Amino acid sequence: MNISSSSMVEKAADATARATPTPVARRVRGLSDRAIAWVFIAPTIILLLAINIFPLIWAIYLSFTNYRANRPNAPVQNVGLGNYERVLTDPDIWQAMQTTAHFVFWTILLQTVIGFTLAYLIDRKFRGHAFWTTLILIPMMLSPAVVGNFWRFLYEPQIGLFAYAVSLVTGIPTADIQMLGSVSLAPWAIIIVDTWMWTPYVMLICLAGLRSIPDYIYEAAEVDRASAWRQFWSITVPMALPFIMLAVLFRGIENFKMFDMVTLLTGGGPGSTTEVASITLKRAAFESWATGRASAFAIVLFVAVFGLANIYVKALNKVKQR
Amino acid sequence: MQKKSKALLGLASAFVMSSALPNLAKADQLTLCWAAWDPANALVELSKDFTAKTGTEMKFEFVPWTSYADRFLNELNSHGKLCDLIIGDSQWIGGSAENGHYVKLNDFFDKEGIKMDDFVPATVVGYSEWPKNTPNYWALPAMGDVVGWTYRKDWFERPELQKEFKEKYGRELAAPKTYDELKQIAEFFQKREIDGKTVYGASIYTERGSEGITMGVTNVLYDWGFQYDNPDKPYEMEGFVNSPDAVKGLEFYKALYDCCTPPGSSNVYMVESADAFKSGQVAMQMNFAFTWPGLYKDEKVGGDKIGFFPNPAEKKHFAQLGGQGISVVSYSDKKDAALQYIKWFAQPDVQAKWWQLGGYSCLKSVVNAPDFASSQPYAQAFLDSMAIVKDFWAEPSYATLLQDMQKRVHNYVVAGNGTAQEALDGLVKDWTEVFKDDGKI
Repeated sequence: MNISSSSMVEKAADATARATPTPVARRVRGLSDRAIAWVFIAPTIILLLAINIFPLIWAIYLSFTNYRANRPNAPVQNVGLGNYERVLTDPDIWQAMQTTAHFVFWTILLQTVIGFTLAYLIDRKFRGHAFWTTLILIPMMLSPAVVGNFWRFLYEPQIGLFAYAVSLVTGIPTADIQMLGSVSLAPWAIIIVDTWMWTPYVMLICLAGLRSIPDYIYEAAEVDRASAWRQFWSITVPMALPFIMLAVLFRGIENFKMFDMVTLLTGGGPGSTTEVASITLKRAAFESWATGRASAFAIVLFVAVFGLANIYVKALNKVKQR
Repeated sequence: MQKKSKALLGLASAFVMSSALPNLAKADQLTLCWAAWDPANALVELSKDFTAKTGTEMKFEFVPWTSYADRFLNELNSHGKLCDLIIGDSQWIGGSAENGHYVKLNDFFDKEGIKMDDFVPATVVGYSEWPKNTPNYWALPAMGDVVGWTYRKDWFERPELQKEFKEKYGRELAAPKTYDELKQIAEFFQKREIDGKTVYGASIYTERGSEGITMGVTNVLYDWGFQYDNPDKPYEMEGFVNSPDAVKGLEFYKALYDCCTPPGSSNVYMVESADAFKSGQVAMQMNFAFTWPGLYKDEKVGGDKIGFFPNPAEKKHFAQLGGQGISVVSYSDKKDAALQYIKWFAQPDVQAKWWQLGGYSCLKSVVNAPDFASSQPYAQAFLDSMAIVKDFWAEPSYATLLQDMQKRVHNYVVAGNGTAQEALDGLVKDWTEVFKDDGKI
């Protein structure tokens, strides 16, 4: 900045200061940095309180009542721990929790193993790796509604490609490959779809982890004549582990809430074989309108997820600090 | 007139106009909420006459069946003003009446001379009354519907198939009158090669998520003697819901599912069943009567190729009621205009046109007209079906009752878990808990 332009700026600042009414200027000058920070973050905090904290507190309150959202005029009675007792002793809810745990376990296991393997292969930077990366990412970019309907047709025993392919390999007639109608196959049908859709997500995170490992570590290992296997177990896996654990955390939380895919593929059936906790909760809250009981169930779920996630995050931090 | 007087008159006129405008605007447009399906399109066409006559523009809010109940029950429960008129499902009537969602129509009917005696009695009980069988009206019967059957008339008429069937069963291959006959026909067609394509016996309801399998199962159970409760003691269900006859009926439904449905029929409701029929997969199809006009018009399976028959009988003869009544939403700002729509819709000539356009009128003067049975190929089957209807619980807690039945029967019929007796015993247990929660027992 030259002298003339600098003096022009000073003049403009003086003019602004003179034009600012004294009380306002004094008020602004009187604000501490902390107060200004509060002014800026207050809207966000208010918004968070309104859309996160208040509903949570309200749900906790409702969980101790017999309130039903479809009968707003009926008297609301305090039922103490009655709703929690019913939720925790309801065999259907335990069945739904078991089903959810089954989904979460298998989807995370498959997605992590396949996702990491794909990331490891892509990280080799072979010819055309960018093209394959893009291709692998496509399922993740689709809407769950599209994926659900798409796979419903693929699983169709009479015209579906999936049944045709399985029949070709195994020789089992296509009519007998009822992925969505069979009690033993339906949970796996959903696990396959979720794995197909979300493995790329895990792959991306793992790829970021693999690419963050400096090359000189491998070069040092080469100098020490470490085998490829030893390099993999002593360098690659430990250094990528925080990223893998992060992917597991994200997918675990998402899959615990799994709803759309199950609804589209089986509607919770056959029977209640694929009825996960989120579907049971939705039915209690918005079909039966047992708002109080549904709130108690939601709180139980919240505590379970929050508790498990906390333990997991502590473990993740320990791994990061190593 | 002096200048001052003119100015005053002008001001007065402006005041009157400005205060009258909001009222005019309110009656300018009415919103009618319903499911998105063929009859809704017919209603759009029909309502043009209402607009032409009154100047009130009709706006329609149609939602797919899969989210119909969720969407509109949320709207009613939150006292929303979106819908001035709603064509709500028959099961909603209890909850909507008790929770004040619908305007009670008795005084309006009396004032306008609309008599419920002019409508088919089953539709009045099913769509309008709460409590049931009492003269408390919350809706005007709008769209009569019932579960019935369609069949491939062209396949049934093939001489070689007729001959083979007669040799095997000793009777003609024709639309079944009983469920045993229906199962025999279904078995006869199951996995048969017709025109180089493998076909199957029948498509029946098995859907888990909403109400599908319950509508299908009850359609059959009624004929075996299933009753919701003791006719002499309401809400006493032991020995009625799980009676030996009801158990046999449920066992029959499972047997029909196992023997005679196409592969992959574990989640079938209205659309899937119609698709199975339209794609030439099945000889017979269970479905609501509203699908019949569309199927009759279908190029591949309609016309001479399709036949219609009411639900077969067994020990008794019933069919599951579908359909809806039209109600005025009590949270609407345009209740008077909405009532005018109902008054217009109840007129005999409008009801006659409703039937012509593809809606199912519930007005006796339409359905009892001498030429009604011959007016459409499916008219007689519709008439016969409407004469034998029975409906699911219409209690305010109907949704919970429905979920319980969905779970119990799907678990037995499709998943194959446990026995029919266990399924119905479990249902009695679930329903007892619901009514205890409601303070009814």
